Amino acid sequence: MNITIDKTQQREKMTSLMSKFVSLVSYKLPDDVENKLRELSEEESNPLAKIIYDTMFENQSLASELKRPSCQDTGVLQFFVKCGQNFPLIGQLDSILKDSVYKSTLETPLRHNTVATFDEYNTGENIGDGSPSIFWEIEEDSDKVEIYTYMAGGGCTLPGVATVLMPGEGYEGVVKFVLDRMTSYGINACPPLLIGVGVGTSVETAAMNSKKALMRPVGSHNENENAAKMERLLEDGVNAIGLGPQGLKGSKSVMGVNVVNTARHPSTIGVAVNTGCWSHRRGKITFDSKLDYVINTHKGVTL
Amino acid sequence: MSKKILTTPIKDEDLKDIQIGDIIYLTGTIVTCRDVAHRRLIEEKIPLPVDLNGNAIFHAGPIVRDHGNEDYEIISIGPTTSMRMEKFEKEFIEQTGVKLIVGKGGMGKNTEAGCKNHKALHLVFPAGNAVYAATKVERIKEVHWKDLGMPESLWVCEVKEFGPLIVSIDSEGNNIFERNKVEFNKRKEEQYEFISKQVRFIK
Repeated sequence: MNITIDKTQQREKMTSLMSKFVSLVSYKLPDDVENKLRELSEEESNPLAKIIYDTMFENQSLASELKRPSCQDTGVLQFFVKCGQNFPLIGQLDSILKDSVYKSTLETPLRHNTVATFDEYNTGENIGDGSPSIFWEIEEDSDKVEIYTYMAGGGCTLPGVATVLMPGEGYEGVVKFVLDRMTSYGINACPPLLIGVGVGTSVETAAMNSKKALMRPVGSHNENENAAKMERLLEDGVNAIGLGPQGLKGSKSVMGVNVVNTARHPSTIGVAVNTGCWSHRRGKITFDSKLDYVINTHKGVTL
Repeated sequence: MSKKILTTPIKDEDLKDIQIGDIIYLTGTIVTCRDVAHRRLIEEKIPLPVDLNGNAIFHAGPIVRDHGNEDYEIISIGPTTSMRMEKFEKEFIEQTGVKLIVGKGGMGKNTEAGCKNHKALHLVFPAGNAVYAATKVERIKEVHWKDLGMPESLWVCEVKEFGPLIVSIDSEGNNIFERNKVEFNKRKEEQYEFISKQVRFIK
């Protein structure tokens, strides 16, 4: 009996905390992104680009002050969950996350971004079949849960691309695939971008890796020496194209390039590119088994 | 340089000295109008419930709080990717007489032709700055096509000195993004040559 009551209360507590966390992510950028944008604006010399950066900083300060979503496209909520096998609410977590999106949609408010496919109507609730998107990993012998929360917008990161190259095309083919995306879709995807590149064995593994790459902090590096070298080369290369903020030219193009890789079949190189916009609304929160939390991405913030 | 402000209704001659790369501001009426609204008018032949002649449209889907009794409050509003409307925009300009199209990113040949033949501009509002933009909206006058849901409804907004709006296509059909792309692509090819030699990990 007591265990049931306790679970109901805990469920409500976590839903309420996650709803507030989703709201926080909508109006405050993570520290790594804020710092990088500041650095890029200080290095910028193009006058039009400078005006755009000024608008961005004014917007972020208004959003934070008024607690309103800094961008109107609050996206599809994507959660990347790493759940300990002994976390008490492991079985309730999917429904907690869905309820928290609904609650946050009413309270923040967020935009209604869920359209039922084929029947083609907006649910008006910002949740629906398979929405939010929740991606799971289970951690052995742990009673904690780590949750990356990402507001994936319709004009930047949702239209990612993936393909499977032939090994004869080599990593040169990966570079070409990434660069071609920058001068076509990337211009309109709200630069300066955070580029997530996934390398794997198929379209779906590459796509998932490219999304995980966007969860990694700006300025972090792949542990593999060759992959880290490609990150550096691509970052410098895309910056040399000079897309500037909004694709209207400037000194640089990106906040960074993050590569995440897994093994491949001898016949394939899966590659995917995800373009995170400048307003990279991602947050990471970790709960222990008592639901005490730590926010890893936004220093000094409590819910 | 003085602040260039356009006020609706806008006439052809108001636009003749404005060139790509200029920054302007808008006072008057702007109506949100995006994917499905374009498709309805052009392909489904359903007349728009708002007169856009001399006015402005905004490729945007706002966050709006409904206070009841037709009282709405704009929380956040900002542009969406204009290129998605490219396939409709030339005919849209022809049929509606709209003078300003505000969005994000560039548009293509169709819109260039529409802007040139019917004297209109495509403008970029720096995207992602939706609270800043909301502070420039004085009120929501009306809303139409609510059956499309919050992002796709036609929100008729009264704005004051709404901007900065960066001219991306002018009324002569010049296109700043297409011009920039030539340079971007040239640099991209140089970078590809340079990087591809250093990533030959398969040997």
